[in-house]
Amino acid sequence: MVIYSLTFYLFSSVAVLSALMVISAKNPVHSVLFLILSFVNASGLFVLLGAEFLAMILVVVYVGAVAVLFLFVVMMLDINFVKLREGFLQYLPFGALLGIVLVIELGILFLTDRSSNIYNNQIPLQPIVSEVENTKMIGQILYTEYFYLFQICGIILLVAMIGSITLTLRDKGGVKRQNIDSQNTVDASTAIEKKKVKIGEGI
Amino acid sequence: MNYDIFITGLIIIAQILAVIVPVLISVAFLVYAERKVLALIQLRRGPNIVGPFGILQSFADALKLITKENIIPSGSNKIVFILAPIITMVLSLAGWAVIPFAPGWVVSDINVGIMYLFAVSSLGVYGIIMAGWASNSQYPFLGALRSAAQMVSYEVSIGFVIITVLLCVGSLNLSKIVLAQQTVWFAIPLLPMFIIFFISALAETNRLPFDLPEDESTLVAGFFTEYSSASFVLFFLGEYASMILMSSMTVILFLGGWLPPFDVYPLNVVPGVIWFTVKVIFILFLFIWVRGTFPRYRYDQLMRLGWKVFLPFSLFWVVATSGFLVYFDMLPN
Repeated sequence: MVIYSLTFYLFSSVAVLSALMVISAKNPVHSVLFLILSFVNASGLFVLLGAEFLAMILVVVYVGAVAVLFLFVVMMLDINFVKLREGFLQYLPFGALLGIVLVIELGILFLTDRSSNIYNNQIPLQPIVSEVENTKMIGQILYTEYFYLFQICGIILLVAMIGSITLTLRDKGGVKRQNIDSQNTVDASTAIEKKKVKIGEGI
Repeated sequence: MNYDIFITGLIIIAQILAVIVPVLISVAFLVYAERKVLALIQLRRGPNIVGPFGILQSFADALKLITKENIIPSGSNKIVFILAPIITMVLSLAGWAVIPFAPGWVVSDINVGIMYLFAVSSLGVYGIIMAGWASNSQYPFLGALRSAAQMVSYEVSIGFVIITVLLCVGSLNLSKIVLAQQTVWFAIPLLPMFIIFFISALAETNRLPFDLPEDESTLVAGFFTEYSSASFVLFFLGEYASMILMSSMTVILFLGGWLPPFDVYPLNVVPGVIWFTVKVIFILFLFIWVRGTFPRYRYDQLMRLGWKVFLPFSLFWVVATSGFLVYFDMLPN
């Protein structure tokens, strides 16, 4: 249908344009905001493909959590972008190399015979309608066939988490912490001490 | 041949209006109700001048605010400054697309309804963080940073609570979540999760006792200190609309949505939408009641509650629920 093609071109063009703006915006915070726009449009493309679960996960994980922390850091660190741009030419060959590798890979993918592909050379613009919800389909394949890979991913994330905690954990000493439990158990008998004060002596 | 698309488009627009207009009107009455309930709690009268019992007070306030001059600070980042309230408002209305008010009364009955709601509510932080940054002022910036940390922390426990409910339902569709509660509302078997969800919803909507992003005694007005007139109205509407949205989410997940408490004669004649509204009003009353009763949390206590109490407890409850369901072979298909 025309509507699907139109929405596809809308999402994809905004995604590409905002991706361009990510690297060309002068202000780093604007860059992050364009990155978020690009993520949201990518999730729109997932919806068009009928992969609604992936679309929502993309928004929840990348936009709702990762990009928030990213924005947080960019806002906190007062990055001087003019200085950062001085090294632009120095990094240009490396960036160009990465780009060329990516283009070649994509080219190989498009030029090779894809008759074995289930879509038979046609990338569908319309949602693939199936009886089973794709949330269920992902669950069925992820926890059976790819179970070990899934577990390994979890362990890698755990290692990264422990690593970052050990890097930032410093026992400064002399820090007064609030012990909520002991504070909650305080009552009149433990908090107040009655004393008989003799006249003219004090405590 | 093109008439079909045209008519479908018109129907969709009509559906959107049929949801958004009542939501905006209920925001106006929620503000009035909040002021009245707080007044009763504090032994005052509350608004009583505009209209009978002051019922038109919110409309008068809105009119006053909109006709005022919109001031954009000269040091601000203008585009982001104007975008922030718009994003807040749009996101608080976008979630209503998947809310089922009664059987079949839903704009878009999608398979991943609850994920969509979760995604939209997790995007809500952007309005606040953009406002804080674009204002180029200290108080809004502090408010925005507090809000970012707070909302990300409480989303984690909200996610686990949602997973617990989904384990009992076996679907992410909101209508199916409601229908799964025909025998018993999830608030009864999952009572601790219900309480955690309600408290996290308070934190997620930046309501008292967790309203540190707009903490008026230390941050003037927090992230919207620099906002005036219409852009302030958008923030205000957005906050209350997302409050109603979170209440509807609570009702759908735990209080059986449009279902009557018992499926017996006088109760099951009442239309589902009435039950839904009554339950949402009850949760909103709890929101206001909490605001009138509890003092504001200190920031470190807020973080401790989120990460050290709610997260381990809800994680344990997810494991316990799934263990229970597997052991007694009660997993839904």
